[in-house]
Amino acid sequence: MAYKAKIRVTLRPSILDVQGKAAQHALENLGYTTVESVRIGKYMEVNIGENTAEEAGRVCTEICQKLLSNPVMEDFTFELEPLN
Amino acid sequence: MADVTVGIVVFPGSNCDHDTEYAVASFPGVKPVMLWHNDHDLKGCDAIMLPGGFSYGDYLRCGSIARFSPIMREVIEFARKGRPVLGICNGFQVLVESGLLEGALIRNTGKKFICRQATIKVVNNTTIFTDAYRKDEVLRVPVAHGEGNYYASPETIENLEAHDQVVFRYVDDEGNATEAANFNGSMGNIAGIVNRQGNVLGLMPHPERASEKSLGSEDGRRLFESLFRHVTGV
Repeated sequence: MAYKAKIRVTLRPSILDVQGKAAQHALENLGYTTVESVRIGKYMEVNIGENTAEEAGRVCTEICQKLLSNPVMEDFTFELEPLN
Repeated sequence: MADVTVGIVVFPGSNCDHDTEYAVASFPGVKPVMLWHNDHDLKGCDAIMLPGGFSYGDYLRCGSIARFSPIMREVIEFARKGRPVLGICNGFQVLVESGLLEGALIRNTGKKFICRQATIKVVNNTTIFTDAYRKDEVLRVPVAHGEGNYYASPETIENLEAHDQVVFRYVDDEGNATEAANFNGSMGNIAGIVNRQGNVLGLMPHPERASEKSLGSEDGRRLFESLFRHVTGV
């Protein structure tokens, strides 16, 4: 049994996202005046060979805290999907 | 005087390792030793330097992968024992990722990679890395980074300030920490910090690139001088 973890890492709301700002300006220039903000994050897919969703979730939380995100500036969320 | 040995860690993607080696070797009685990131051996060095560059191509976050290089276990242990560790540019990013220094280095507010001569002020000249400088001395030291914007929670900043851990700030020519002088957007114009114990320094500017006149400035030289004096106990 294994699980696919779909992980999203986003910059903390208090941090100015300069990349997102640049994209937002470009969208404004394209005429999308209703676009109010853009924030750019990271999406990762990690396959975890654990037998239960609990175990896979535990591993996923740990790797997000240790390496995949930096808690000083980022938040993370994930979903688990069973793989056959 | 016994020889001082300085270990310079080489990560894949380091590109200031030889500049640092060159600067270190210019001091009589000081011997640079290159340390490969995949080893577990600090070879008895008296001080460790993490050089600038783009370790692991800046993948994931700057310094985040280098932080888990095998040799970092020994470097962290060395630092925890109170031995001196200096991180320059990417080395500073590795130090914040490893937790030896607080905060994070995020994208410059202007989005651009900035390569230029920077003007910084020695805010704290009582550290082992800066006591050859005068307090509030203004230095010209180059920077070259895309992610040099120092960020930390307001509580962390308050703590750093309260314990004199801010060592360098970006300033204008008169030595004022203005917003205009803060070209990368760092909180509090912070260019370099030291840990609470005072043995781990990280800074974005490159002292090794300002270590002799022919490089346009030798203002970075006394940082190494301060450190080596402390290591030899002179």
